[in-house]
Amino acid sequence: MYFVSRKCAVVRIYQVRLQDLQQPAVSSKVFIQRDYSSGTICKFQTKFPSELESRIDKQQFEETIQTLNNLYAEAEKLGGKSYLEGCLACLTAYTIFLCMETHYEKVLKKIARYIKDQNEKIYAPRGLLLTDPIERGLRVVEITIFEDRSIGSGR
Amino acid sequence: MSAVMITRKVRKWEKLPGKNTFCCDGRVMMARQKGVFYLTLFLIVGTCALFFAFECPYLAVHLSPTIPVFAALLFLFVMAMLLRTSFSDPGVLPRALPEEATFIEMEIEAANGNVPAGQRPPPRIRNVQINNQIVKLKYCYTCKIFRPPRASHCSICDNCVDRFDHHCPWVGNCVGKRNYRYFYLFTLSLSLLTIYIFTFDIVHVVMRKYQLSNQREQTGFTVLEVLVCFFTLWSVVGLTGFHTYLISLNQTTNEDIKGSWSGKNRVQNPYSHKNILKNCCEVLCGPTYPSVLDRRGVMQEDSPVSAASAAPSSSSSTNPVPQTTVRTHTHINLNIKSRAITEGVGEK
Repeated sequence: MYFVSRKCAVVRIYQVRLQDLQQPAVSSKVFIQRDYSSGTICKFQTKFPSELESRIDKQQFEETIQTLNNLYAEAEKLGGKSYLEGCLACLTAYTIFLCMETHYEKVLKKIARYIKDQNEKIYAPRGLLLTDPIERGLRVVEITIFEDRSIGSGR
Repeated sequence: MSAVMITRKVRKWEKLPGKNTFCCDGRVMMARQKGVFYLTLFLIVGTCALFFAFECPYLAVHLSPTIPVFAALLFLFVMAMLLRTSFSDPGVLPRALPEEATFIEMEIEAANGNVPAGQRPPPRIRNVQINNQIVKLKYCYTCKIFRPPRASHCSICDNCVDRFDHHCPWVGNCVGKRNYRYFYLFTLSLSLLTIYIFTFDIVHVVMRKYQLSNQREQTGFTVLEVLVCFFTLWSVVGLTGFHTYLISLNQTTNEDIKGSWSGKNRVQNPYSHKNILKNCCEVLCGPTYPSVLDRRGVMQEDSPVSAASAAPSSSSSTNPVPQTTVRTHTHINLNIKSRAITEGVGEK
């Protein structure tokens, strides 16, 4: 005849560390555009943007972008393996993808790990942050430039 | 510390611009107008149901039991392809975030130089060279991006779609890079199914006439199926043939209609491998591209709800309310978990 509902909320507050309050401010962002000279495959321009000149080596940057390009090329490669995957999937009416990861998805995970690794080792110490292109629709590689607190004056 | 607000879990699909509808918490993505899609479903399911109910018992007994089995497999394949085409993301390109849009605007202004007052600025076009052909990339004012090659903006769905083929009302979705092969397999298998049903309907009618002495069964449904199949045949088989032609040349319907590579200005298709087999393999057996939309990702949203409210719920659901996270007004991120448990005592 009647309906009873009970809602109780349990709230726990974690200690906030002082250094968490000091988040670095974003100075600017650079967007590395796609390079369509080889067609519609996912490839980014390796041209070194002038905004990064004071922060990172040109060679280091080019190496990062080139590795990313190679990884995307591996994902989109047309070869025996991709044809086999396509044919097998077609025969199962693509239901096989409900339980199996596609080759492209596996490479995307590899790319995510690579970018995280690059951020930790090379870009974060220089006050930069690479954003995974998949979060920007595979259109751009977004590089966030943080204010350089260690030197004192930000740019 | 200032006032604390509770955020509720919002998935990214709820905030996507564009005129799509989403179902199953972002798993399904379709266009807004779905009426013709329901008609497609009705025609396919209805005709097949009639076939299985009225033709198959006779044919299984008098000809072969494999006939309905093969028809069932074909029907399941058609439905799988139709649903896959209709429900998947066709390859929608997300709109540029404000910073990216500003960056592109700055680049355009730098490239244009000083435009005298009163004069219209030049059109926003970027030229790229692909396989020794100059391809023009147009700027999309809605999405604030330079469209990649072969992408086009669908006005019905209000999205830029990669390798845009066309917007198909029969499947209730755009056909683009991600779902083109499913669309093609759908038209191909539907052609086969239509021919199959049409053929066996004729066989059934002929066999019945041959056995003149037998009882006069109602052939009304057979006639209905034959009619539907006849009209479907012309359109679907024709469409399959057209798309086979496009695939062999590695072209999209959009490019064919616009005459992008039709030789008027001698620009050849830079995406074609100049080999029919290779073109077909790329389009049909190429890698399966992931969706870049991330429909089911969780967004942070602020909504002013008190943290420790104990409001009675009138819902009869016994599911626990999803976990919520809390943000303060200042830029401090506190990880606060609040679990609200709703229990319902059944009513008599």
